[in-house]
Amino acid sequence: MLPEWIVLIVMIAALLFYALLGGADFGGGMWDLLAMGPRARRQRDAIAEAIGPVWEANHVWLILVIVLLFSAFPSAFGAIMTALHIPLTLVLVGIVMRGAAFVFRKYDAQNDRVHRRWSTLFGIASFLTPLMLGVTVGGLATGAIVVKDGSLTSGFVAGWTTPFALACGLFTQGLFAFLAAVYLTLDTADDPPLQNDFRLRALFSGITLAPAALLVFLLARYEAPALHGATSSWWAAPLFTLTSIAALTALAALFRRRFAAARAAAIAQVALVILGWTLAQYPDLIPGSLSFDAAAAPANVLWILIVCLGIGAVLLIPSLYYLFKVFKASRTQAE
Amino acid sequence: MNDFFFARSQMAVSLAFHIVFAAIGMGMPLLMAIAEWRYLRTGDAGYLDLAKRWAKGTAVFFAVGAVSGTVLSFELGLLWPGFMKYAGAIIGMPFSLEGFAFFTEAIFLGIYLYGWKRISPRMHWLAGVIVAASGIFSGIFVVTANAWMNAPAGFRVVNGAPVDIDPVAAMLNPASLHEVLHMTLAAYVATAFAVASVHAFFLLRDRGSLFHRRAFTISLAVGCIAIPLQLASGDLSARVVASLQPAKFAAMEGHYHTGPNAPVVIGGFADDSTRTVRYGLEIPGFLSFLAHDDFNATVTGLDAYPRDQWPNALLVHLSFDAMVGCGSLLFLLAAAAAWKRWRKRPVADGRRFLLAAVAAGPLGFIAIETGWMVTELGRQPWVIYGVMRTAQAVTPITGLVIPFVSFTVLYLLLSTVLVFLLRRIFLGGAADDGSGMPAATAETEARHAA
Repeated sequence: MLPEWIVLIVMIAALLFYALLGGADFGGGMWDLLAMGPRARRQRDAIAEAIGPVWEANHVWLILVIVLLFSAFPSAFGAIMTALHIPLTLVLVGIVMRGAAFVFRKYDAQNDRVHRRWSTLFGIASFLTPLMLGVTVGGLATGAIVVKDGSLTSGFVAGWTTPFALACGLFTQGLFAFLAAVYLTLDTADDPPLQNDFRLRALFSGITLAPAALLVFLLARYEAPALHGATSSWWAAPLFTLTSIAALTALAALFRRRFAAARAAAIAQVALVILGWTLAQYPDLIPGSLSFDAAAAPANVLWILIVCLGIGAVLLIPSLYYLFKVFKASRTQAE
Repeated sequence: MNDFFFARSQMAVSLAFHIVFAAIGMGMPLLMAIAEWRYLRTGDAGYLDLAKRWAKGTAVFFAVGAVSGTVLSFELGLLWPGFMKYAGAIIGMPFSLEGFAFFTEAIFLGIYLYGWKRISPRMHWLAGVIVAASGIFSGIFVVTANAWMNAPAGFRVVNGAPVDIDPVAAMLNPASLHEVLHMTLAAYVATAFAVASVHAFFLLRDRGSLFHRRAFTISLAVGCIAIPLQLASGDLSARVVASLQPAKFAAMEGHYHTGPNAPVVIGGFADDSTRTVRYGLEIPGFLSFLAHDDFNATVTGLDAYPRDQWPNALLVHLSFDAMVGCGSLLFLLAAAAAWKRWRKRPVADGRRFLLAAVAAGPLGFIAIETGWMVTELGRQPWVIYGVMRTAQAVTPITGLVIPFVSFTVLYLLLSTVLVFLLRRIFLGGAADDGSGMPAATAETEARHAA
């Protein structure tokens, strides 16, 4: 197996974990801002409690993606960071505000006024960051970013300023909100009215994902031809079908209050979306300009990186298992 | 002021901000783990209270450090795409290892902060130890990448591009050992004396507070152990820099003219036009001795380099002297503490000693910031010493004044809020001293136990 393949697969996996874990934390922030009704404070507390212990760890997946991108595909990193400088800077502003607001809220006075001030900032940043993340990924997929002879020729606004990129941003927001609401139904199993709040939110956001996905698909026809062209590939139809089945299963399971099944289906849905996106963009990191094997670092560098990833995985997997066992499994045993 | 200037300024602001939180993220978990260890040994709930209070501080600093660190990992590419394209494959390995070390730190900090009631006391303490250890490893890996910029190794340049890349040799470059030692110790020195300063402040108000006496003693002890080691590691650093980067060394000392029996110049303003240091105090021969163990040894001056390869000697020299000055003052404080202990007098007493400890609070961080300026400004005009100029690495994007201003404002706001928040955490804690557990902690615990 080629080493750039292994690193690419690890990167996609890290991106998937970031979407599933970090993404849900963003979603939690959105529901925090939108908390309403008689149980608004309890909703916020449930969100904070679910996010708190795993928050910092979930965020590291993004750092891993970035570090692997510049270690393994250095020329792509330089071009992507230059072409998408503006939306990525907004992502960073969002990440800083969100991370700071969350911890300040936890350790600041617990009265409602102060709590709400940090909540507002936390919530706004939780909306902004996934929007700009989606805009960045969408902008990259348009193929409008052009690299010639190793340098960027398409300027600083190409791709990400299109309606397609915006649609990707909205879809990302919706997806993260949906994931968060689905997870929260399981975290609030001991409080049925609260659980129903999140069930309704999950249903609502899950349903709105359909038109958002359709919008991304329709705009891709005009603005992301490479991505759209992939729909005629042999794998496109089965993948589409599977994704739709996963989405419908998640909604049906939520409707029938089968929350564990809903979570599994939602996770499958996100994994399939990311898989489809990867396949559609394959073999390019920058569509039309730079393939991932052309951008790859020398093979010996990649092998050493893979050894490091192996060592890291040996440390990481048991630690993560322990973290989630302590905070997510003990709930059902203890109560 | 052009885009290059703003790119450098934004990087400088981001690093100057992050380095404080990174250092606290390395030092604070050690203090917290020591306090909890004392609790496990003695069963005294006061130590548990102390560990919890310090854990709160750790959490806040860690969270801000995590986001400002994320910003930096992006900024490497956002501001210096030319550098990352060239160096990404060479120094990616320590960054990836740092990613895992940071992962471990984040996971076990989550377990530590939220797991007081969920896991056994021994396991909880172990989680704290893992946080402290992985914090050290994070720092080590990142610093080796910086060391590589000062002493590039593990590749050959063919037609302007790196070939035969050996990431392991790059990580273990000749500058790594001294930079890693100096930065790790700096994190302990700065954190320990800053924490001691906070508790000395409260001791001046209430000399009898057992809580603050213990906190002061533990943090001061860590600082007093670290500072002499740091002076020794600083000596090592100076020698290595003198041999690897004579231009940086010359700028640090304001040393313009290559020659034997070179003097150390303390303070003063280095002036490139006259090639002298104005208002400096000269100690003849001492620089030759420091660099080469021989008062008559020849020390390379800036005149050995073309004018366009000089670092900013004015800033580098002043920063270097500020760093050494701060370190020396902290050493004096540590010596006074050691004297008190030798005479079997309690360390946490004496108005003048406590006042000195309060005043010494910022010194460690001033030393970190100025030391960082020495190593970064002293490397200029190179981003990779002798290989790539900083100006070649910068992004072609224009209008960089906007992100520079926005991030500067954002970081200033964060710093202000943080100061208010810490005041609240500490003042809130001081009020319910002696009651075992502070109200806020008890409330949080109740919420988590429910």
